Amino acid sequence: MKWFNHAVIEKNVILMGVLTLITVSIGGLAQIVPLFTVATTIERVEGVRPYTPLELMGRNIYVREGCYVCHSQMVRPFRDELERYGHFSLAAESMYDHPFQWGSKRSGPDLARVGGRYSDDWQAAHLRSPRAVVPESIMPPYAFLDRPLAYADIADHLKAQRAIGVPYSEEMIANARADLEAQARPEADPAAFQGRYARARQAAFDGNPGAITEMDAVVAYLQMLGTLVQFRDVTPEQMRQQ
Amino acid sequence: MSATGYAEGLAAPATGAHSAVRVDAYVEAPIRAFAIATVFWGVVGFLVGVVIASQLAWPLLNLDLEWTTFGRLRPVHTSAVIFAFGGNALLCTSLYVVQRTCRARLFGGDAMGWFLFWGYQFVIVAAALGYVLGVTQGKEYAEPEWYVDLWLTVVWVHYLVAFGGTIIRREEPHIYVANWFYLAFIITVAMLHIGNNLALPITMGHSKSYGLASGVQDAMIQWWYGHNAVGFFLTAGFLGMMYYFIPKQAERPVYSYRLSIVHFWSLIFLYIWAGPHHLHYTALPDWAQTLGMVFSIMLWMPSWGGMINGVMTLSGAWDKLRTNPALRFSVTAVGFYGMSTFEGPVMSIKAVNALSHYTDWTIGHVHSGAMGWVGFVTFGALYWLFPRLWNKQRIYSEKLISWHFWIATLGIVLYITAMWVSGILQGLMWRAYDENGFLQYSFIETVAAMHPYYVIRVMGGLLYLTGALIMVYNLWMTVTRGESEEAVAAPAPASAVSAAAA
Repeated sequence: MKWFNHAVIEKNVILMGVLTLITVSIGGLAQIVPLFTVATTIERVEGVRPYTPLELMGRNIYVREGCYVCHSQMVRPFRDELERYGHFSLAAESMYDHPFQWGSKRSGPDLARVGGRYSDDWQAAHLRSPRAVVPESIMPPYAFLDRPLAYADIADHLKAQRAIGVPYSEEMIANARADLEAQARPEADPAAFQGRYARARQAAFDGNPGAITEMDAVVAYLQMLGTLVQFRDVTPEQMRQQ
Repeated sequence: MSATGYAEGLAAPATGAHSAVRVDAYVEAPIRAFAIATVFWGVVGFLVGVVIASQLAWPLLNLDLEWTTFGRLRPVHTSAVIFAFGGNALLCTSLYVVQRTCRARLFGGDAMGWFLFWGYQFVIVAAALGYVLGVTQGKEYAEPEWYVDLWLTVVWVHYLVAFGGTIIRREEPHIYVANWFYLAFIITVAMLHIGNNLALPITMGHSKSYGLASGVQDAMIQWWYGHNAVGFFLTAGFLGMMYYFIPKQAERPVYSYRLSIVHFWSLIFLYIWAGPHHLHYTALPDWAQTLGMVFSIMLWMPSWGGMINGVMTLSGAWDKLRTNPALRFSVTAVGFYGMSTFEGPVMSIKAVNALSHYTDWTIGHVHSGAMGWVGFVTFGALYWLFPRLWNKQRIYSEKLISWHFWIATLGIVLYITAMWVSGILQGLMWRAYDENGFLQYSFIETVAAMHPYYVIRVMGGLLYLTGALIMVYNLWMTVTRGESEEAVAAPAPASAVSAAAA
């Protein structure tokens, strides 16, 4: 190979560095850029909405506690997973997830469709003491979540999310605090809150309507997981990815 | 910081005049500090690994405290092993190797070395404190929040400047092959780190941020990063280590120059494409999954190219495996590298991945790479480096190296076989049907079935940790009790030593 002599590269660190950068850039560009430009990457299904303020705080606690290291949120299209967890997950269902929490390990079961599968009381009791409910469980106890939720900065969270593309409206941001409190108090007037967040449930998620706790937020989040898309209304064409 | 004080503090009492000259020629004191940090964080990482493995076997060990749950400690373990143990090993060896293979003093001198050392340790401590307190981005192996990410970027750019600057200063006409790999590692990790950590803090005074990408795009970017943290941090960088220390230990040149070129460029080109194999059968579009699988399988070839180049360097020097236990570590490491880079492509095949994904098989795979390849090649390098960095004639005890080797090897064997069995068992249980066509096992039954293998894993991890503690003792005795390189030479006056080193 007279036309090519590797020694040229070996004697020039700038050239070697630039060629290396080009070589390692190609694969990432080829795989990442189309996901932003090909419209069918996200399925055209209805029902997915931004998280309510309380759900978002619950999700942040889910991230904080590293739940994703043991629980996936990604049901694969297999018969056993369909029967165990439900319909396979769509990209659309996590389109507002910053960060995504698909997970990589199931030391515990998948949670993509755990919403509505157990009662609020079961979820709270299980989080407080997993082995009191499931004796063989190896999950750590999360009784400390029964402490007040810090949500003074909830509007800042929504604003930051809007800045990176989550469609929170001015109205949602202005009412962030009121909406968070309304969701955790079943007696609050549902009209305004549910007008902003379709299919959101109001409840004393931790069993105690008096205080808004981290437990309220986590249970509210778990109980909405996988419930937004109504699969009986979805056609195969809508789910097709390119 | 004064390098002189540090060097004198760590050096043996009888520092000869010769070593003072060497300190002047090459930057060494920060590299000694990196070597100590490698050993220290290694022990921390292995210990936390044993703790969290025990938590999976005996959940009471979560201690009912928020700071000690598995969810918060697992990133402490992974970061301690990958970025603290592995990262310090890479910084230590790359800065040592680049100076010697270029015959040039480190660009930026001692000050640069110390900045890199303390800057990098600060990243580790800030990240680990964040995890325990619940400050995390929630992306595997990229958990540190935005303020730590920014600081790491500053440190990393300095690292690139120091490394590249030293190469530019070189007196050797060619850039040695180890430096190609170190350079690719530094450049690519910078690209991955920035790409995967683009995030918007909630406010500038808030520790939490939201990443710019979401959902499927975030998943792809994360595993583009995550797989290449393996490919460049834990592979390319450590191949650089292999290309210096195995030829040194075997006293043989690298087996094939041509193979080095071919496997270097093909490895760094192909690795980047392999990320989607972490996302098989997910909501990632099929075209991306297929690309990820195909490139992962092709990656087998350049990986084995590196393995062959490392192992065959021993041609004509195989007898040294019997007499040099440190070399045994390095060569066994390359064997584990070959094994896990064969297992990886197998697991990237979608039909296999359907079974292995989400199970302990993945955990076993990554540990055969981390304990067998990354750990062993580092141990081999440390046993070679410590006597030289501290100017000693030899390691305190070759016999203890052998003990370390066999105990650690047994630990790895227990670990990965337990994970193979538990992973395949759980994967099969999840998809088992009874004669009536119902799922045969509830999820919790498959969890309960894992217990014996989790106990075996703890034993494997304990053995590996025990081996590392033996190494600590051996290295400590080498530094404090070992005979200096020039035991007969009269110690130089203290003033001369500090003058030369200043």
